[in-house]
Amino acid sequence: MSFIPAPISRFFHRTASPPHFYALADKLMPWLTALFLLLLIPGLYGGLVMAPADYQQGDSYRIIYIHVPAAWMSLFIYVMMAVMGGIALVWRMKLAEVMLISSAPIGAGFTFVALVTGSLWGKPMWGTWWVWDARLTSELILLFLYLGVTSLYGAIEDKRSAARAVSILALVGVVNIPIIHYSVEWWNTLHQGPTVSKMDKPSIHISMLIPLLLMAVAFKVYYAIAVLQAAKLELIRREPSAQWVKNLLEHKA
Amino acid sequence: MSLIHAFFAIVRRDLLLAFRRRAEAANPLFFFVLVVTLFPLAVGAQPNLLQAMAPGVIWVSALLAALLSLDGLFRSDFEDGSLEQLLLSPHPLSVLVLGKVTSHWLVTGLPLLLVAPLLAVFLGLPEQAMPTLWLTLILATPLLSLIGAIGVALTVGLRRGGMILSLLVLPLYIPVLIFASSAVDRAASGLPVTAQINILLAMLLMALVLTPLPTAAALKMSVN
Repeated sequence: MSFIPAPISRFFHRTASPPHFYALADKLMPWLTALFLLLLIPGLYGGLVMAPADYQQGDSYRIIYIHVPAAWMSLFIYVMMAVMGGIALVWRMKLAEVMLISSAPIGAGFTFVALVTGSLWGKPMWGTWWVWDARLTSELILLFLYLGVTSLYGAIEDKRSAARAVSILALVGVVNIPIIHYSVEWWNTLHQGPTVSKMDKPSIHISMLIPLLLMAVAFKVYYAIAVLQAAKLELIRREPSAQWVKNLLEHKA
Repeated sequence: MSLIHAFFAIVRRDLLLAFRRRAEAANPLFFFVLVVTLFPLAVGAQPNLLQAMAPGVIWVSALLAALLSLDGLFRSDFEDGSLEQLLLSPHPLSVLVLGKVTSHWLVTGLPLLLVAPLLAVFLGLPEQAMPTLWLTLILATPLLSLIGAIGVALTVGLRRGGMILSLLVLPLYIPVLIFASSAVDRAASGLPVTAQINILLAMLLMALVLTPLPTAAALKMSVN
């Protein structure tokens, strides 16, 4: 007895098989790329050219059009990884394992971009590359969590058990992220760090907000593109001798 | 054998094993004292500086001592096959794991209390902070063992798991470090520490219930 209508569950079961997934990812790729460009170009143009300069920060605030979406993605991808980890542990779905592993370097990349753009912005604004602010610290810890996932996966040779280990780690990590976040925030308020003005304006003007949202959606689509490509490669790498891979390579050659 | 008997049988066996190898049991203590000794040598011996840094230094050293002792938690059982026997037993693995963590903490975590006064003297920590230092050690070292057990269980099958173990476990230790050292810090300046102690206690209770489950799952993965 299932609450999910039969056509939907059939679609999911079929997509979970590697050859079908591979074909579907191939079919989706041009559409996703077009959508990405369609969002990215107006987002960048709106953010870098059309939006007015900030009355205090001048033009340097424009780095938020990269920084903020990247920081959002860094959290989003970790949660996605935990969801994939849960699916992989409960249903032993190979595709979920592959998606989890493929997401980790992308998430680490977004976290790194968020940290670097943040410190580039911090140098002219705060006068220093790095402060031990609560947000910066928890973002840095998030980067360590991502690196832990990738290095654990690399260290275990049997890739099936490596994927299970990484799934457990991702689930443990996602429980810990709020605890780490709030403890770091509390630590900072206790210590009375340098007074840092974050995004403390009452609200962001609509002409700045629209490009920001466009960029946020564009980054999500970019993640979809990157994770599908990485998952395709990982699938081939995992079963190089499977029949569908051989057919595929002959077809391409 | 009932579940509670199985639990105590595991605790008794591990304590006995540790007792037979008494010399090893003292190593985390020496390490703890040694790391603390390094700090005055590195940053200079000004009493004011040392006193201000004392809670942090003691807690970072305790954390490193706990981290280094973790490897012994499942390693010998994994190598001689008793871990597989644990997996085959009819009792839930998470409870047996809790027994192993308990005895590990009794051997490596609890003795840290013995040397804590010595370190407080070394660093000039005010006497009024001593009860809080003890209390945080009692509450937070089992927490370190419980969280660390997940990391050990994930890496026990690896030949060189030590480096990866610290990469996995240290980020998860951060909340413990923050609350424990800030409690000692506040106690040293005579401020109330109820909030920090309560949070540590809450984290300990949560970890007692939750961490054996991923540890058991990870052990099953590592043995297969």
